[in-house]
Amino acid sequence: MAEQLMEQNVNIQGPAALRRSPLAHLAGAIEAGAVAGERGVTLREIPFLTMVGLRAQPGSAAAAALEKAAGVALPTKVGQTTGSAEGTAVLWLGPDEYLLVAPEGTGAGALTEALGDEPGAVVDLSANRTTLELSGPSARLVLEKGCNADLHPRVFGPGTAITTQLGPVPVLLWQTGEGPSGQTYRILPRASFADYAARWLLDAMTEFAAPEVP
Amino acid sequence: MILLECPYCGPRDETEYHYGGQAHVAYPEDPNQLTDQEWAQYLFYRDNTKGLFAERWVHTGGCRRWFNAVRDTVTYEIKAVYRAGEPRPDFDSLTQEGAAK
Repeated sequence: MAEQLMEQNVNIQGPAALRRSPLAHLAGAIEAGAVAGERGVTLREIPFLTMVGLRAQPGSAAAAALEKAAGVALPTKVGQTTGSAEGTAVLWLGPDEYLLVAPEGTGAGALTEALGDEPGAVVDLSANRTTLELSGPSARLVLEKGCNADLHPRVFGPGTAITTQLGPVPVLLWQTGEGPSGQTYRILPRASFADYAARWLLDAMTEFAAPEVP
Repeated sequence: MILLECPYCGPRDETEYHYGGQAHVAYPEDPNQLTDQEWAQYLFYRDNTKGLFAERWVHTGGCRRWFNAVRDTVTYEIKAVYRAGEPRPDFDSLTQEGAAK
C-alpha cells in the first residue's frame, strides 16, 4: 500500500513542483558571479540529480548484480569513475562504497531490486548533496585556492573523482571534462553546506575578473 | 602539517584525518574477570613512546576507513601505513631503512 502511494506521488506533478534546490536562493548571485574572458570561470547548479549510495564487496555477487542493473561497472580504485557524467556514472568513495550519479528522475528502484537479499546496500541519497559545476580556464585555479588535494592534470584528469575538502567543506570533487577552454569540475557538497560552498566559490572567483597581478 | 598516506586513497592532507590513539590495544578476552585496576589499565593507560609509535588514524574526509600508521614521535615522520587487521611492521626494519637513507 505504502509503495503504491509512493509510486503515485512520483508520477503526479505535486512533489516535484514543490521541491526547492539547496541553492535556489542563490541562482541570481551564481549567474552574476560568472567571469568571462581569458581568465574566465563560471559556476552553475545542476539540481536534483539522482544519487544512489551503493555498498558491495568488489567481486561479490552483489557487486555483479549492481553492475548489471546500473549498466556500468563499479570503479576499482581511488579517483576512478565509470560511465559518463551526462548519463549514469559511478564514483569510488571507499573500498566497498560507491556513489551512482544519474540524470534526474532515474531513482534507485531497479538497483534495490537487483541487489535482492545479497549482502550490500542501495540507498537513494539524491537529497543528500547538490551538484555545482565549475568550468572555464581558471576553474582549477579557483579550486586550488581551497583544496589541499593534488589537482594537477598529471594525477587529476577528466573522469577523476575524489572525496576531499574545499575550504572547510567536505565535498566530492569530480572532473567531468577538459577542453580548450579549461577543465569542467563538478563539486558535490552536502545540501546543508551548499550555501557556504557556493558563496565560497563565488568569492574565490571574483579575483579572476581583474587582470592578473604579476 | 603532516602529509599522511591513506592505504586506500593515497597522500592527503592531515586535516582530512582524525587521530585514534595507540594501535593494537587488544580488547580483554573476558572483561568480567578483570579487576577494576586491570580494566582501568585497559581503558586509560597508553604507551608514551619516544620514537616509533604505532597508532590508529581514520580518513574522515575521504574513504572513512580506519588504518594504522607508524609515526616517529620525535620527528613526526610517518614511517609506514598499513590497513587495519594487518600485522605491525617490524620497527627494527623501519629504523634501518631510515638509517640507510
